[in-house]
Formats: sequence, structure tokens, C-alpha cells
Amino acid sequence: MSEILKIDGISVSYGNIRALSDVSMSVNEGDIVSLIGANGAGKSTLLKAIVGLEPLKEGSIAFAGETICKAKHHGGLTTDLIARRGIALVPEGRRVFADMTVEENLDMGAFMVSDQALIAKRKNDMFELFPILGKRKKQKTRSLSGGEQQMMAIARALMSGPRLLLLDEPGLGLAPLVVQNIFSTIKLINEENKVTVFLVEQNARLALKSSSFGYVLENGRIVLQDKGEALLQNERVQKAYLGA
Amino acid sequence: MLSGSLLFKQFREKEVGTITLYLQYIVNGLTLGAIYSLIALGYTMVYGILKFINFAHGDILMVGAFIGLIIYNALTGGEAADPGAWTILAFFISMLASMGFCAILGMAIERIAYKPLRNANRLAPLLSAIGVSFILSNGAAWIFGTQSRRFPYPFENEPIHIGAITITPHQIVIIVVSVVMMVLLTSFVSKTRMGKAMRAASLDQSTSMLMGINVNRVISLTFAIGSALAAVGGILAAFDFRVYPSMGTMTGLKAFVAAVIGGIGNIQGAMIGGILLGILEAVGAPLLHIPNGMRDTVAFAVLILVLLVKPEGILGKNEREKV
Repeated sequence: MSEILKIDGISVSYGNIRALSDVSMSVNEGDIVSLIGANGAGKSTLLKAIVGLEPLKEGSIAFAGETICKAKHHGGLTTDLIARRGIALVPEGRRVFADMTVEENLDMGAFMVSDQALIAKRKNDMFELFPILGKRKKQKTRSLSGGEQQMMAIARALMSGPRLLLLDEPGLGLAPLVVQNIFSTIKLINEENKVTVFLVEQNARLALKSSSFGYVLENGRIVLQDKGEALLQNERVQKAYLGA
Repeated sequence: MLSGSLLFKQFREKEVGTITLYLQYIVNGLTLGAIYSLIALGYTMVYGILKFINFAHGDILMVGAFIGLIIYNALTGGEAADPGAWTILAFFISMLASMGFCAILGMAIERIAYKPLRNANRLAPLLSAIGVSFILSNGAAWIFGTQSRRFPYPFENEPIHIGAITITPHQIVIIVVSVVMMVLLTSFVSKTRMGKAMRAASLDQSTSMLMGINVNRVISLTFAIGSALAAVGGILAAFDFRVYPSMGTMTGLKAFVAAVIGGIGNIQGAMIGGILLGILEAVGAPLLHIPNGMRDTVAFAVLILVLLVKPEGILGKNEREKV
């Protein structure tokens, strides 16, 4: 299968603090790939770097064979242009537009789509995938529960019809049952819509179970990489992330 | 008993007189407030997206008034023209042209004086705005001179009497034009794709970039719309206040007060804040026996009161909620 995302030796710093050092990884088209790691390992930084929200100090990132991020000034594309290439990020903490209605949030997700019929179709698809959003479409997003807001954020990202969906801790702060539900939806999206998924998660067991491939990030470095099931069996992963 | 009822009658007449007087003040306040609202919208929209007070906004209304006046005079011959259908048409043509001019001016100012400072210290763009304000007002004084000019009425401004209340055609034009502008703006931000993008960008800039929204373009558009509305406010104010290089200073400052009262960053808030400030000013000054020359005190007293009691303004949100 073809490589859709290729991260090549990137480093990111906040002032003197290195958040990512020489990280290289790749995601194949059609896969679900997960990145696990503890709090502060640099997981969110990596996702933000992919969409151009964090400047690279070294290295480069290519999407579908074209460089989108590069170290040094004016090396990469701006975030809105990266989004237009087909990468959608569901950011950490969901970041829904709280003062806008559910439907308006979906409209914003479809900002890049000019075909009104396609927007209407995708909205219907989303209301089928997440029926609760259909019921609440005229409500302000701030009135939604955490789980509903997470669904809202995923639906909003899907409205653009992305090739690659990036998810930043989709299970954070949600009840276990809701997290299960969200992960099965992610699998469904991957299988039915053929969307490649790259997710970052603290809940290592659930993430690795759903993924064909996984990476482990510690202190800004990739320390392990293997098939999802293999990582689940890995002693180091079991000790550090699975509480075995 | 006879004298008693006569006394009562006199008292009633006086009271009715007072009520109509205050109704008159409210009508006057409404028209003044509509102008504040139009100008306050520019402050609040820019603040919503950039969290920055564009102190040059008041001077845009002055430029708008000058451009409107020049075009109007060129089209009609100015004072010499007899008010009629042509002068009214010419008035609206010059208003639209001035809106266009100010929209471009607003975008240019943002590009040149604010955008390069977007990642700088918060104080830098503020100082830059004050600089732009001086450049605009001094530039106008240099080009047009400092004497004030009359903006001739394009229509017969014969007062109309409705009961005991008097309203001038000028006041009606102010209210109608302002309402049209505010309805257009409201439907723009709630219905159109770019309008919603503008709201999204003011709620969360980096997330709106993730949606593929070009935030720079949204910011330019915000300056364009705000400046065009300021031009309308400037022209509508010009009939009463005349046109001169520093005309934007006090009106701009009071419109800023109106934006704060309504809740800075909130579009409906700016509309409400402007109307409210206009009415409070028109009613409050006579009520508290404040001499005409000092009636600006009312606006700033209201500002201080709002800051003390409800610092986020009428429709503003508590910043803590933003997390």
C-alpha cells in the first residue's frame, strides 16, 4: 500500500525545550496507525507539526508524496492550505465552536467544499453516523456533553472529506463506554469511507487494538514501532502503558 | 374645590409636557445611538478576531465623511443644488463610493500597520493604531484644511410633527440606513459562508485554520466591513456635526464606549450598546441638568459604571468561560 504520510527526521522546540527530536515515521494509505505515549511525550506537538501549527526546527513532512512542512522559514504550507490538501485534525480538547450551533459547526467543517448538494449529503451521513448530532443540530455546541462534543469534532473533520484524519486523544476525559463507542466509529469510518486514520492516545490498549501499526513516543523520541498486536504483546509497552 | 381641580389640571399638563419632552429626547437619542452603533460594530468585529482595539477606527469615519462630501459636491454642485430626487440619489451614490473607499483604506491599514505586528507584544499594534490615527487626522488637515465644512442636506429637512414629537427627515434617514446596514450585517454573519467563517475565526483562530479558512482573508474582510460601516456613520453624522479633520476623535471614542457597554467582541452587543448610549446621553444630560457642552460626561460616566458593575458588558462573555 502506498505511503500517505511520511515524517522525516523532524524536531520541534519550544524555546530551549525540545518537544520532538529526530522523529521519523510513516502512515500507509487506508490504515489506522496509532501513536501512544505518556502525558508530555510530545504527541500533540507531533500532530500540530503535521498540520503546520508548530514550526519544524529540522526535518520535513510529506503528504501524498508532496512536502507540506519543512524546517526553516517559508519552508512549508500554512495550516489552511494543508487542510485543503486533505488532512483534517480533530484537535485535543475538541475545540468545537461553542457559540455556534451543531449544524453551523458542520458547515465550518465543509468550508472548503463548494458543492452544496455534497455538503447536504455529508451532513446527512454525519447525522446517520452520530444520530444525537441530528437531534441537536439547532443547539449551541456548548450545551453538548463531552462525548457529544467529541462526536461533533469528528463529524466536523469528516465534513471536508479528508484523505487523512488525525485524532488527538479522542478518548480524553470521556466515560469508558463512550470511548469504546467512539473507537468503533473510528474503525467504521476507516473501513467504509476509506479514510486513513492517525491517532494519538493515552489509552494504549484501545488504540493499539484498533490499529494495524503503532508507534511509541517517549520524551520526544520514537522508541518503539511495530504492528498493533505485536506492541500489545511487547513487554516494555505492557509495563509502561498497559499496567500489566 | 375649584381651585383644587385647576391645580390638578395644571400639574397634569406639566407632567404630560415632561413626558413628551423626554419622548423627544429618546427619539433624538435613538438617532445619535444608531450612529454610535454603526461605528461600534467596527471596533467590536476587529476586537472579536484580533483582541485588539483599532484606535484609528474613529478617523476612518472622518475620512468617510470627507470622501462622501467631496463626491456629493462633485455630483450636485454642493450648497447651490436644490434638494430633489437627483440630490438624494447623489447622496446614496456618494455614500456607497465612500464605503468602498474606506473598505479599501481599512484593509490597507491592516496590511501595512497591524499585520506585521501580529506576533509582537500586545502594546505594539495599539501604538501603531494610535500612530495611524494621527496620520489620518493630520493628513486630512493637510489636504482639506482644518476649517469645518457643512454637508448640505440632500433633501428638504423640514421637521415632521407626530403629536408633540418632532422628527426630521434627516433623523429618519439615519434610522432607516442604520437599520438596513445592521440587518445586512446580521444576515451576513449568520447566513453566509464567509460570515460564519468570520464568527468561527473570532471564536478560535487556529481551529478555523484547520477547516481550511484563510484567517488573513477573514481579517481583511473584517476591516473592510467595519471601515465601510464607519464611513456610513461618518456621513450620517456629518449633517449635524459638520466635517472636519478631528471629527472622528470624540465620536469614535464614544462608539468605542458603546462597544464596551454592549460587550466588546459581540456584534449584537455593539448595536445595543450604541443605541443605549445614545439614549442615555440624550436623556441623561437634561435629566441631570448637565450643560450641553459637557454632555460627553454622561457617556464616560456610564462607561465607568459598566466597568465597575459588569466589566464584560451587556452581552459580553466572561473571559474565564473561554478556556
